Amino acid sequence: MTALTDKPHLSREHMLGLLKQMIRIRRFEDKCAELYTQEKIRGFLHLYDGEEAVAVGVIPVLEKRDSIVATYREHGHALVRGVPMTAALAEMYGKQEGCSRGRGGSMHLFDRATNFYGGNAIVGGGLPLSIGLALADRMRGDDTITACFFGEGAVAEGEFHESMNLAALWGLPVLFVCENNLYAMGTALAFSESETDIQRKAACYRIASEAVDGMDVIAVEAAARRAVHAVRENRKPYFLECRTYRLRAHSMFDAQLYRDKAEVEAWRHKEPIVRYQGWLEANHMVHPDDLARIEAEVAAEIAEAVTFAEAGTWEPVEQLTRFTYADRAREPVGEVLWHK
Amino acid sequence: MAQVTIQPAATEITYRDAVREAIRDALRRDDRVFLMGEDVGHYGGCYAVSKGLLAEFGAERIRDTPLSESGFTGAGIGAAMAGMRPIVELMTVNFSLLALDQILNTAATVRHMSGNQFGVPLVIRMATGAGRQVAAQHSHSLEGWYAHIPGIKVLAPATVEDARGMLWTALEEPDPVLIFENVMLYNMTGRLAADAGPVDIAKAAVRRPGRDISLITYGGSLWKTLEAATVLAGENIDAEVIDLRSLRPLDDATIMTSVAKTRRAVIIDEGWRSGSLSAEIGMRIVEQVFWELDAPIGRVCSAEVPIPYPRHLENAAIPQVPKIVAAAKAALGRA
Amino acid sequence: MPSLGADMEAGTLVEWLVKAGDRVKRGDVVAVVETQKGAIEIEIFEAGKIEQLLVDLNTKVPVGTPLARIQTELEGPPGAVAAAPPPAVPAAPLAAPPLVRAPVAPPSPPPVAPGAEARARISPAARRLAEAHGIDLSTVTGSGPAGAITYADVERRFGEITAPSEKKRTLGLDLDAMRTAIAAAMARSKREIPHYYLEHQVDVTACEQWLTRTNAARPPDDRLLIGALAIKSVALAARRFPAFNGFYRDGKFEPASAVHIGVAIAIRGGGLAAPALHEADRITVDELMARMRDLVQRTRAGRIRSSEISDPTITVTSLGERGVETLYGIIYPPQVAIVGFGKIVTRPWVIDGAIGPRSVVTITLSADHRVSDGHAGALFLAEIGRLLQEPDKL
Repeated sequence: MTALTDKPHLSREHMLGLLKQMIRIRRFEDKCAELYTQEKIRGFLHLYDGEEAVAVGVIPVLEKRDSIVATYREHGHALVRGVPMTAALAEMYGKQEGCSRGRGGSMHLFDRATNFYGGNAIVGGGLPLSIGLALADRMRGDDTITACFFGEGAVAEGEFHESMNLAALWGLPVLFVCENNLYAMGTALAFSESETDIQRKAACYRIASEAVDGMDVIAVEAAARRAVHAVRENRKPYFLECRTYRLRAHSMFDAQLYRDKAEVEAWRHKEPIVRYQGWLEANHMVHPDDLARIEAEVAAEIAEAVTFAEAGTWEPVEQLTRFTYADRAREPVGEVLWHK
Repeated sequence: MAQVTIQPAATEITYRDAVREAIRDALRRDDRVFLMGEDVGHYGGCYAVSKGLLAEFGAERIRDTPLSESGFTGAGIGAAMAGMRPIVELMTVNFSLLALDQILNTAATVRHMSGNQFGVPLVIRMATGAGRQVAAQHSHSLEGWYAHIPGIKVLAPATVEDARGMLWTALEEPDPVLIFENVMLYNMTGRLAADAGPVDIAKAAVRRPGRDISLITYGGSLWKTLEAATVLAGENIDAEVIDLRSLRPLDDATIMTSVAKTRRAVIIDEGWRSGSLSAEIGMRIVEQVFWELDAPIGRVCSAEVPIPYPRHLENAAIPQVPKIVAAAKAALGRA
Repeated sequence: MPSLGADMEAGTLVEWLVKAGDRVKRGDVVAVVETQKGAIEIEIFEAGKIEQLLVDLNTKVPVGTPLARIQTELEGPPGAVAAAPPPAVPAAPLAAPPLVRAPVAPPSPPPVAPGAEARARISPAARRLAEAHGIDLSTVTGSGPAGAITYADVERRFGEITAPSEKKRTLGLDLDAMRTAIAAAMARSKREIPHYYLEHQVDVTACEQWLTRTNAARPPDDRLLIGALAIKSVALAARRFPAFNGFYRDGKFEPASAVHIGVAIAIRGGGLAAPALHEADRITVDELMARMRDLVQRTRAGRIRSSEISDPTITVTSLGERGVETLYGIIYPPQVAIVGFGKIVTRPWVIDGAIGPRSVVTITLSADHRVSDGHAGALFLAEIGRLLQEPDKL
């Protein structure tokens, strides 16, 4: 664990905040699993257990005006970013009170208010999008940045390479955050990449890069601060590989034939909440009261979200074709999405 | 003294130059507009459409891209979502297939999928069509495929006026618009009013009124169809020629008014016959004006082969004037 | 049984990792379920004590089936595993998603053709059938979309003309309507079809002799009439001369792929119909005879089928023994020919240089000069005559 003195911003409040965020994500994902088995949430569900330190370490370092592009495993990212848990869960239920009007579901959480540009079900599909957001920033001379989250599976896609090249060539303010959890669905990294040291790929594009222990939230935060600062100052991309592990299966319907239980168990002992909480306890920075309070607050927030989602309403079928195109007659189109 | 009406001077201009003027006009009018694509800058554009624009507007706004169709189309999508007005140029529809995922899975879906939070006001221009003996991988006409996708609009300017005027209107759309420029049209000249400006992008146009049969077409096939109409007139068949202009949405009103009047229709579509746009139009005619029909609907499409290289085979593969004339006569029961 | 995937409908429990009496907490793995993707561990979302396992191993149960009963810590009453609804659900009932109705707007109403407000909508098939039988479409009520006249509507009208009706006591046929239809068809035929006429006298002694021999060995019901031979020979000849077998429509001749002989049948009281004897060239004379009998009987009873009305590709007409020696028919549009058989008379005839009595019949052809000419017609008639010389080969 990195020493406290290297991190000037680590007040107790901040420290406990990091823990709470990770626990909040973990309990939320757990509740989603339960709701899925009860068929409240349908389709595909991809849970973030074990990777919380990445979202919690990186996203709070961003400014409100920055943009985020994420993947289908984005519940944690959305929650940390500030998408209300009620809206996120209602979205997964398919209710029109969801953040995407219920139209998208678990894989397509979008939130304009927090510049959260989705949830994307196409592996690698968000990378060109992040290039475009950053290109707009650059052309307007803003100092905003775009954080693009993707898994290590995406580095096999052509779009990854095209996007890295464009970002470096055009000098775009993109923070590429690769969450290397060692498995692309059921394919282990060694079966997918000739070069498994992912961070090295950035060098081919002359992009500054760093690999960090993705199970250590403090390390991730520190690396994120460096990275975000670099991108904002230099107006150049940065590549941050976060080495992490996915404790649950790829999705709910996955027998995990591709890895053995002993491996998962081993990682459970070094997953981010266990490590961080253990470290806080060992350093007497957290007390049982704090933990109880955190759990209670999180449980209450989740219960409220479930109530909200359960009470939500279904979008009328007559509205099916709305919002395929902008509805100029009924809603002012106006300026599209200045995200400042 | 007689009244003299001053007409704005019209000039002869090529389709290519008209497109260039449209881009230049857009760049001047709106700072948010920029052009991005392969060889649009230093090379001057694969079809010389953007020649000179780099010098005039600079490298930020006339942006050469690497060969990364998916990457830069996605970049255009992101820039549009963030408030810019990019014009992405995909060199041809043949290479657009590399960007199909971004077009279909991002550009077309974002508004619906995000519950109307985000839209994509992006224009994508592509060259399309066969006729230059560039063989199977460079000769596709896939406008009909794209017209299948909800969430985008698809245009096919066939005249210099539309080449000049559709782009601006497309840039004002809050949703993605694809503009298809047929390669055989770039050298074509036409008269354009000096004050030519934006044109509508939702209506089909009756290019030649007629009584006996409706010939419905778009893009590069328009001129062959008009020529066929002239041939038919020589045989006392008065053909009405409709230029669709917009392939998605289709202007049903204009099509049906015409077919209800003439009671016969032949659709000319450079796509491969099976599952082509002509099939869609034919079906709509059956759905909407069945009772007015006096003959089966005909169509002239490309033969179902990859477009071959030698001239005689390429010509045989795509719609031509004699085939259009024959189809029209067949609809009238004439050999 | 939890739902683990959108396409999972059932699962097979293959292992219990707990038993009655065990304490469990949220997140514990309690069972293993076999699915199409492999064995998946099932976790429990409740805390408490297992009261009872409800499902035996290796049984396949649908998603939602309770697998075990547990007594939760917080509440006294037991709750079932994996099927319990979440507690403290608010009162608002959940409406099931409404059944998906077709949300697509109906196609915009078709623009009215200029001056066509009163123009009836008639399907192409209906139009064709009406033309074939001279039915005035203004007398047909439409039952199709927006009152359009369909094929079935025209069939029904034809049926009214020829079918049993309570109003007619004796014959069960609406002879007046039939006469009107015949008048319309014949008038149209004479108006539109440029007829030419040929006649040919044929020695049918061989046919009569063959019939006498063949019928001698048969009971009355199986006996053949010369009409069957006549029809068969016309059918075979029509197969070889396609210009007389088909339809003239839309300004062109369409040769038919099959030969369906329209058999002109007089109906007592003045009616006339010519329903089709299908595939007359392909069936045996015996079969043809049987079908002809059936056709005549049903026609006179007013029970012809619609396919029999519309299918004839060429018609054969005869007035039989009471008739005249030469009979010229009028073509039934859209057919292009009609063959007439006069009555058989005994005539002096030259055979092998000598004169002797022979049975002779005059066969006529009325044909559409737009499709064929006299030369072809002569060959056609000659072929019929030739075929009748070898009745055993028909």
